[in-house]
Amino acid sequence: MAEAHPVGFQWVVEAKARGAKIIHVDPRFTRTSALADLYVPMRAGGDVAFLGGVVNYILSNNKDFREYVVAYTNAATIVSDEFLDTEDLDGLFSGYDQDRRVYDPQSWQYAGHEPEGARQHDHEVQRETASPLQHESHGPGVGGETERDETLQHPNCVYQILRRHFSRYTPEIVERVTGVPRDKFLAVCEAWTANSGRERTTALVYSVGWTQHSVGVQYIRTGAIIQLLLGNMGRPGGGILALRGHASIQGSTDVPTLFNLLPGYLPMPHHANHETLRNWIDAIRNPGQKGFWGNAEAFAVSLLKAYWGDRATAENDFGYGYMPRLTGDHGTYQQVFNMIDGKVKGYFLVGQNPAVGSAHGRAQRLGMANLDWLVVRDLYMIESATFWKDGPEVATGEIAPERCRTEVFFLPAASHVEKEGTFTQTQRLLQWREKAVDPPGECRSDLWFFYHLGKRIKQRLASSTLPRDRAVLDLAWEYPTHGELDEPSAEAVLREINGYEVETGRPLSGFTELRADGSTVGGCWIYSGVYADGVNQANRRRPGDEQSWVAPEWGWAWPMNRRILYNRASADPRGRPWSERKAYVWWDPERAEWTGHDVPDFEKNKDPAYRPVPGTSGPEGLAGDDAFIMQGDGKGWLYAPDGLIDGPLPTHYEPAESIVRNPLYGQQDNPTRNIYDRPDNPLNPSPPDPDTSVFPFVFTTSRLTEHHTAGGMSRTLAYLSELQPEMFIEVSPELARERGLTHLGWAHVVTARAVVEGRVLVTDRLAPLRVEGRTVHQIWLPYHWGTTGLTTGDSANDLFGVTLDPNVLIQESKVGTCDIRAGRRPAGRASLAYVAEYRKRAGLPAEPAPRSNQGREGEEAGA
Amino acid sequence: MDVRTFIAGWPVYRQLTGADPLGRGAAAKSKGSAELVARTETADRVARSVCPYCAVGCGQRVFVKDERVVQIEGDPDSPISRGRLCPKGSASRSLVTGPLRQKKVLYRRPYGTDWEELDLATAMDMIADRVVAARAATWEDRDPAGRPLNRTLGISGLGGATLDNEENYLIKKLFTAIGAIQIENQARI
Repeated sequence: MAEAHPVGFQWVVEAKARGAKIIHVDPRFTRTSALADLYVPMRAGGDVAFLGGVVNYILSNNKDFREYVVAYTNAATIVSDEFLDTEDLDGLFSGYDQDRRVYDPQSWQYAGHEPEGARQHDHEVQRETASPLQHESHGPGVGGETERDETLQHPNCVYQILRRHFSRYTPEIVERVTGVPRDKFLAVCEAWTANSGRERTTALVYSVGWTQHSVGVQYIRTGAIIQLLLGNMGRPGGGILALRGHASIQGSTDVPTLFNLLPGYLPMPHHANHETLRNWIDAIRNPGQKGFWGNAEAFAVSLLKAYWGDRATAENDFGYGYMPRLTGDHGTYQQVFNMIDGKVKGYFLVGQNPAVGSAHGRAQRLGMANLDWLVVRDLYMIESATFWKDGPEVATGEIAPERCRTEVFFLPAASHVEKEGTFTQTQRLLQWREKAVDPPGECRSDLWFFYHLGKRIKQRLASSTLPRDRAVLDLAWEYPTHGELDEPSAEAVLREINGYEVETGRPLSGFTELRADGSTVGGCWIYSGVYADGVNQANRRRPGDEQSWVAPEWGWAWPMNRRILYNRASADPRGRPWSERKAYVWWDPERAEWTGHDVPDFEKNKDPAYRPVPGTSGPEGLAGDDAFIMQGDGKGWLYAPDGLIDGPLPTHYEPAESIVRNPLYGQQDNPTRNIYDRPDNPLNPSPPDPDTSVFPFVFTTSRLTEHHTAGGMSRTLAYLSELQPEMFIEVSPELARERGLTHLGWAHVVTARAVVEGRVLVTDRLAPLRVEGRTVHQIWLPYHWGTTGLTTGDSANDLFGVTLDPNVLIQESKVGTCDIRAGRRPAGRASLAYVAEYRKRAGLPAEPAPRSNQGREGEEAGA
Repeated sequence: MDVRTFIAGWPVYRQLTGADPLGRGAAAKSKGSAELVARTETADRVARSVCPYCAVGCGQRVFVKDERVVQIEGDPDSPISRGRLCPKGSASRSLVTGPLRQKKVLYRRPYGTDWEELDLATAMDMIADRVVAARAATWEDRDPAGRPLNRTLGISGLGGATLDNEENYLIKKLFTAIGAIQIENQARI
C-alpha cells in the first residue's frame, strides 16, 4: 500500500500514530512492511490456507462476535443434508461433474431450497459469462424463508459446517503450506481477534495480489468470513477494502466496459437464458425474493429507455429485442486467442496497453498482428501501437512490418485536465473534474471520439432497411455539444446516467424513483442520485476540515451517498450502537427513524423490531434486523449457497503453476478454473506431474511507486523515468548464491512462454521459505517495462500464461513458476530456441509458428 | 553600498547573528530567491481536478496561465488526500505537457514500415467505414435454434479504467447498439 497507493497509506500511518497495530503480509518486504508492527512473509498462492487458519483459530477458541454473528450472518441457517464438503471428498464439494469440470450446486442450497435453487444454474454458462461478477452490487438469488438454529448446534447449520471445513487449517498446516512460522501466524490471529468486537474494529486491505489468481475470488471470500465472524462489516474502522489501481477502474466496473455486464451490474443478455424481456428481468430479480434487488425490473426497463429513448415502448418490450446476446466466454483472453486464430477484424484500445499490461504479452502481440485494423487512443505512443515495428516478435523475426497486415490508427487522447467528467475512486466515490484547458492539436476526449464515431456510423446506415440496423438508427444518441471542437456535454451524459422523468425531464433523486412502466430513464441505477435536484453532486467540494470526519459533502458515493455499505450492522439488533466508541448509524426511537454520521443503508423508518409476514417479497420481506439488505435472506454470507463456481466455501488449492503438492487434499488446484488448452498457451508442469525441476522457483510481480501499470503514463515522463530507470529482478542472497547471480549484474527468468532479462537486485527483502519440508525461493519483478518510452526493458507479464479464476475470468498473474540464470538472455531468434529447449526439457509440446507471419500470402490466396 | 549593508548581506553573518543559526531559512535567502514568485501566484485561474493515476482519488489543483497548464498541486481541501500527491501525481504536469505527448493522428497502412500522418476527420471517416464493414461481414442474426443473437464477434474493445464514467457509458451504449459485445477493460486484469 505504501508503494502503490502512498497517499492512501497516510491514513494507515495516522491510525498507527493513534495506537493502531499494523500487520503486513506479503511475499516481499516493502515500504509498507517497514512501517508495520508485524511483517509476515509468505509464499505467493497460499492465502486461503493462511486466512483459513485464522478462521479455524477464531472458531476453535470461540473468538467470534457471537451476537453479531447470530443476528447478521447466515451462521444459524441450515444447509441441505445432501451437501458434502471437501473434507468428505478429498478437496471437491458435492455435485462435481468431472467431464465438464463444473459443479451442480443443488446440494449446496439451504435446506428446503434444493429444487428451486437448481433453477437457472448451469455453472458452465455462469463460468463462461463470469456471471458471479454481477454480485458486486447484490447477492445471488435465494429464497428468504430459511430454517435456522440460533443455538448454532445443528450439525448442518452453517456455523458447524464452517467449523468442520476449516478444522484442518491448523497452525501446523499454515506453516507447511505458506512457510509462515507458527509464532508469527498466531501473533496475527491474536492481534486480529483482540482488536475486534464491540469496542474495536479491524480493517482488511488488499489489492491485485489477491485478485489475480485462479482462486482469487475465494481469497477475498475467506477475508469476508473472518470479518463477518469478528463483526467487522458495516462498521467504522472495519470492512474489506480493495485498493484499485486506475483512476476510475471502479467506475468502469459500475458503468462497465465489460462484455458480461450492463450498467449497475445488470447482466448482458444470454441467448438461451434471457431470450425474452421477461426471462431477463426474472433472472435478475428472482420473483418472490426478498430484499432490494426485487425492484430490478425498474432498473432494467429504465436502462432500455436510456438506450432506445422514445423508440422503447411497452409494446416493443422497450427495445429488448435489439439487445445483442452472449453465447459463452467473450472475455479479453478469449478475444486474444480469437485474434490469433483470425476471427476478429477490428480492435479498439482505449487507454490500455495489453502488449505490456496483460498476461502472456506474446499472445497479445501476435493477436494484434493478425487483425484487419486497430485503433489505439492514448496520450503517448505505447507498445500496443508499435508492436509491428519494434516488438519482441520483430526481433525474433515472427512479425515483420512488410508481412504484417494490421492497419493501425493512432489517435491522440485528451488528458484528465483537458476534459470534464467523473472518476469513481476505489471507495465508490464519484469526483467531478473541472476542465482546465482545451486539448492540444488533434487530441480529443474519448467522449468526443465515441460520440462522433456513433454519429458517423448512424449516418452511414441512415438509409438502411435491414432489421439489424434498426438498433443503430433507433439508438438515443443526441447530446448537446459545445465549443469549436463540438465536445459533447459530459454533464448531459451524467444526467442520463442519474436518470430523469421522461415527461418532465426532472432529474431523479435516487433509484427508488425508477419505474418499470417506461416513465423514467436511468442509465445506471446505482448512480441514481448523483444528479439529484439537477445539481452535480459529484462536484461538491466542501473542504474536509469544514465537515464531519465522514465528509459526506465531498463528491458523491454510490448508492445514495453512503460511505459505508451495510452500515445497519454498526448498530445492534435493537438499533443501538454496539458501543459509544463505534457509534455510526442508529435507530432514534422518538423520531422513529435511522440516523447517524452516514446515510443509513436501511429503510429510514423501518423499526428494528419489524417482522415481515412470512412469504413477503421485496424490501418489505426483510426484518428490522436484516442488515444485509441486498441479500435474499438479509444475512452476510459465511457460506455461499449460490453464486460461486468453485464452491460455497474457500478451499486451499495450489496455483495452476506450483512446485509443491497440495498438502491438504488430493485435489491439487482449482478444479473449475478456466483453462485455454492450446499449444500457444503452455503451462509449466506442476504436481502431481513428478518433474518440476525445470522450473523450480516461484515468481510474482507488482508495481513500483514511480511507475504506473504498463508504463504509458510514466515511462514516457522524464522525472519518473529518472527515478526508476531500469527493469530489474529481485532475489534473495541465498538464491543469488545458488544460481551465481551478482548484484547489479544481469540475469534472465524463463517460463514455458518467454524469457525476460533485467539487472539483478540482491536484497534480504526476499527470504527463502520452508514449505513442505523444502526450501522455496521466490523471485520478484516489476511489470512496467516494454519497448517504447524514455526507459525500455523486457515485460514481466510475458512470462505468464493464461489461466483464469472461474468466477470473474481474471487471470492468474501474481504467481507462477520459473527458472532464473545469470547473464543476459539470448537475443532475436536464438531466444525462441532457448525457450523451446526449456519446453522440451519440461516435456511440453513445441509451439506452432504464428499465423501473423503469413500475412500477404494468406491475403492473396484468399483474394 | 556601505560596509554595514555589505556585511549584513553575507548569509554567514545573518546566520551567526540572526534567528536562523542553522542557515535553513531567512539567513540563506538571497535577493534573487526573495523575489521569486510561485507559478501558483501568477496563474490566471485554477481548475479543481483529480489525479489520473491510481484509484485513491487525490484532489488536484490545476493552475493555468495563458491557456497553458503551468502547475498541478495537491488540493488541501480534499478529505481523501489533504493536499498530498505521490511521485506520479506530482509528475502529472509532465503527463499533460511532456515533450513526448502525441498531438497528431498517425496512420500505419497494411504492410507499411513506418507511420504516416493523417488528418483527424479522415481518420474518423475511415474508422467508421471499417466498423460498418466489419459489422456487416461478421453479423450473426440468430443462433441455430432460431433465438436472437443480434451481434458481431468481429470487433473488440479494450480499456476504460483510465477514462471517465461518462465516456465508459457512451462506449458501452454504442457498442451494445452496434452489437459489438466483445468489450473489456483493466478491471478484468
